[in-house]
Amino acid sequence: MTERDPIVSEDELHAYVDGELPAERRGAVEAWLATHPDDAARVAAWRSQAELIRARYGGAADEKLPRRLELARLARRRQWRLTAMVAAAVLAAFVAGGAAGWFARDAEGASSSDLRKFTADALDAYRLYVVEVRHPVEVAGDERPHLVQWLSKRVGSPVRIPELDKMGLKLVGGRLLPGPTGATAFFMYENGSGERFTLYCGQTDDRETALRYTTGDHNAAYYWVDHNMACVLSGPAERDKLHAIAQAAYDQIDTRSSPRGG
Amino acid sequence: MGEFRQQIESAIPALRRYARALTRDVEAADDIVQDTLVRALRSEHLFHGGDVRAWLYTILTNLNRNRLRGLSRRPVLAPIKDSDAVSGAPESGGRDIGRALDELAEEPRTALLLVVLEGLTYREVAEIQGVPIGTVMSRLARARMQIRSYLDGERPALRRVK
Repeated sequence: MTERDPIVSEDELHAYVDGELPAERRGAVEAWLATHPDDAARVAAWRSQAELIRARYGGAADEKLPRRLELARLARRRQWRLTAMVAAAVLAAFVAGGAAGWFARDAEGASSSDLRKFTADALDAYRLYVVEVRHPVEVAGDERPHLVQWLSKRVGSPVRIPELDKMGLKLVGGRLLPGPTGATAFFMYENGSGERFTLYCGQTDDRETALRYTTGDHNAAYYWVDHNMACVLSGPAERDKLHAIAQAAYDQIDTRSSPRGG
Repeated sequence: MGEFRQQIESAIPALRRYARALTRDVEAADDIVQDTLVRALRSEHLFHGGDVRAWLYTILTNLNRNRLRGLSRRPVLAPIKDSDAVSGAPESGGRDIGRALDELAEEPRTALLLVVLEGLTYREVAEIQGVPIGTVMSRLARARMQIRSYLDGERPALRRVK
């Protein structure tokens, strides 16, 4: 034990509150708190938070169990539901990497369909707004910095708005839309002849992909994932043109390249 | 009843408490607990000893994350519950601990609840969340800081306009 205590870290304060501090550091932390009122106030606040949480939710453990949570009932119900197939699937998952592996597989299975959902939603949004004359967007394209800031905040990660002027496309503007995983950013571009293209971006857990092409009746889309951001570029079904625009957007949104636009 | 089922059974009250705090909704909480139990029973034949409780928390935490993803996908019509109001008086004009928890991102909230409500160790939480202990501690720090400023009356989500 030293007379002049080394600095007490914030981690140690948390560990102190949570009873995880090694016994030999307790004295040092207590001495520190006695001479550092700000830290003492933090520790007191954390303790009172914990008290509030326990007071509010602790009682749920004492409530009478509803019948649907009785284990014997659940186990009985299971008897006739259990099939050899389920057992085999669970076993395979465990063999493949323990319980964690199993859940990881679950999550992956759920999110790999993001591609389909994103593309479908993006094409729906495209069809809905591309025909809109008066209100195709919520925020006009000349407010680009505001769009970036607003939509990045809502989507939950930095959104980039590609500059497609070289492709003859002017940014009409953008709006916020609901998407498969939450808030998505939606941007509309227009060329001189009034053809419109839209870019739809939202968060995903899908792995990164290169451009993938999907075609509908009269319109088509390119989908890709870059750093947890799924993007769908939709437009009229002219594959080469759409590909060139998607490639340009992809290059600019690519988070490894230097930031542009915005 | 075997050891496995006994361990599950004795964990149910704690799972309900944890789920209640995570979801702040009685029905949704019991739905997740039920789902957790069903999944656990499904793998009973694979059980060869070990800490069932931590494993149940892991399942429940994952199911809650899936639920949150699902919620963002479709609108939810839920009756307004007054159960929050009866079990603890809101402090300082509606700035109560429940709302403070609502303001947190899922991961810090999960870490905080596992530590302060469920009394798990940092190491156990790290295993449940699948991250290093340092990450658990930074989540904990973030949760505590945000709750403190929320209860003190700051609204981090809103920016002041001059």
